[in-house]
Amino acid sequence: MGKKLKSKMFFWLFLAPALLSFIIVVVIPFFMGIYYSLTDWTAIAGIKPNWVGINNYKNMFKDIAFQYSFIRTFVFTLLSVMTINFVALMLAFLVTREIKFKNFYRAGFFVPNLIGGLVLGYVWQFIFKSVIPQIGDVLGIDFLSNLLLLADPTLTLFGLIFAFTWQYAGYIMMIYIAALLNVPQELIEASEVDGANFFQKFWNITFPMIAQAFTITSFLTLVNSFKQFDIIIALTNGGPSDIYKEQIVNSTELLAVHIYNVAFKYNNMAEGQARAIIFFLVLSVVSMAQVYYNKKREVEM
Amino acid sequence: MTLRRKLVTYSLTLVTLILFLITIFPFFIIVINSAKASLEIMTNPITFPKHWGQLLTNIKIIWSKPTIRYSASLFTSVVITFFSLLTISIFSAMAAWVLVRTKSKASTFIFLLFLSGLIIPFQVVMFPLVSLFRIINETTGIPMLRTFHGMILAYIGFGAPLAVFMFHGFIKSIPKELEEAATIDGCNKAQVFFLIVMPILKPIFVTIIILNAIWIWNDFLLPSLVLGVGQDVQTIPLAIRAFAGSFVKKWDLIMTAVLMAAAPIVVGFLIAQKHIIKGMVSGSIK
Repeated sequence: MGKKLKSKMFFWLFLAPALLSFIIVVVIPFFMGIYYSLTDWTAIAGIKPNWVGINNYKNMFKDIAFQYSFIRTFVFTLLSVMTINFVALMLAFLVTREIKFKNFYRAGFFVPNLIGGLVLGYVWQFIFKSVIPQIGDVLGIDFLSNLLLLADPTLTLFGLIFAFTWQYAGYIMMIYIAALLNVPQELIEASEVDGANFFQKFWNITFPMIAQAFTITSFLTLVNSFKQFDIIIALTNGGPSDIYKEQIVNSTELLAVHIYNVAFKYNNMAEGQARAIIFFLVLSVVSMAQVYYNKKREVEM
Repeated sequence: MTLRRKLVTYSLTLVTLILFLITIFPFFIIVINSAKASLEIMTNPITFPKHWGQLLTNIKIIWSKPTIRYSASLFTSVVITFFSLLTISIFSAMAAWVLVRTKSKASTFIFLLFLSGLIIPFQVVMFPLVSLFRIINETTGIPMLRTFHGMILAYIGFGAPLAVFMFHGFIKSIPKELEEAATIDGCNKAQVFFLIVMPILKPIFVTIIILNAIWIWNDFLLPSLVLGVGQDVQTIPLAIRAFAGSFVKKWDLIMTAVLMAAAPIVVGFLIAQKHIIKGMVSGSIK
């Protein structure tokens, strides 16, 4: 065997396990998905899907539940990105200061991230339903006793954001810590000599210096908020009901849950798949626009 | 230290402590309520339990409940997580290495193909994946759904893009001379990889294993599609789902099940805390 052929074989041999798995699990299903979204696919064995063109897409945009889910997902994502980044940055600030036991606190803030969305969803369900009203009773605060977070369609979204922030802020905090530790101390000191106050220091020095981390954290929080599924399933299962354009809709049925429900609960695989394709397109456009916009503001050292 | 500075430090410490207490509050709730019986948890969800012994009773109930099959689910979770981590990290490192060391159109294209996997959300491929697994079963006779190997294959496929990307970046910074010297000493290519390159990649291995361990251990959507909720082969999140779904409002047992699901990974984290935090930080800014 020639040396060149041998080296070529070696290349493919080393590549094969990862590449083949990736092709089977992601690449082929991706193209199958595009095809299925243009058919009346039912996923039932033995029934061949028929071509229906863009019918599934037309139905989707007419569907009130989809419109509602779409808007709610955007609201949820926007608010989550803001709260998670705000909390994470604050935590990172605190644990990079001269306080005692900062490594202990860092680990503590990270721990919620270890618990899966499904499991923590049940925990928060219990806290919202039983613990908070009970605390209200004990302290005599009527507001807390009557705070039915998971029964009011407006409040429930905030319950979700709260639980998600609790889980995810510690992870984002880690990225901010790494970035904050890289900010040159001389710059901060120089500005102190010049008499800058806390906010001036933050706004003019720290913030531009951690802009690169900010691009990453906003990207991660955006993509993960948009795809949120597990917490919703365990915490609210899509409920409670809300009224939108004179129709009953599920107030926390965000896109990922909506796609799942359309496919399984309402037994419409092809329409679920078409919605998934739109989900992918919207997520790609939004996340790329976000990265592009943030990249422009980064400063090079 | 000036008085002002001291005051600032004290108030920062206080704020941190308060935030820390809020962070661990749910864990506190889980622990105190896992040691209660159903009546007690309904009336007193925020007090310490009357008898901590109830915790053991609850654990025994969960352990022996046929609906949750805790020991079997734990075993499944451990096997799937272990083999997925092993295969994702080794296969991805192998792929990334040949992609870096081979300059050709094919290697550039394949690297870009892997990168494209980073932006494809799971929702787009999940239904067709199940369909494809069924087709593979019908045409080759190899069962893919509800099997360990189907699940592990799925994790390699979804885990490879990020792992290949991270290894790729790291391998580029390794001097080629090291590998050439080993070749002159008589190593063949496989030996160069396993004996020379892999040990250098250790820090990135740690990062990838940690990131994937947290994801795979807790994953719900993918196993719910490939294994199915309430089937014979189920991971811990699936077991919790099936259990919580069938025992509506049995909060005492749900809390115990939650405790038993979270305990293995939290204990693992506390043991390997230093490495994990280091790994997270180096992984997150790459």
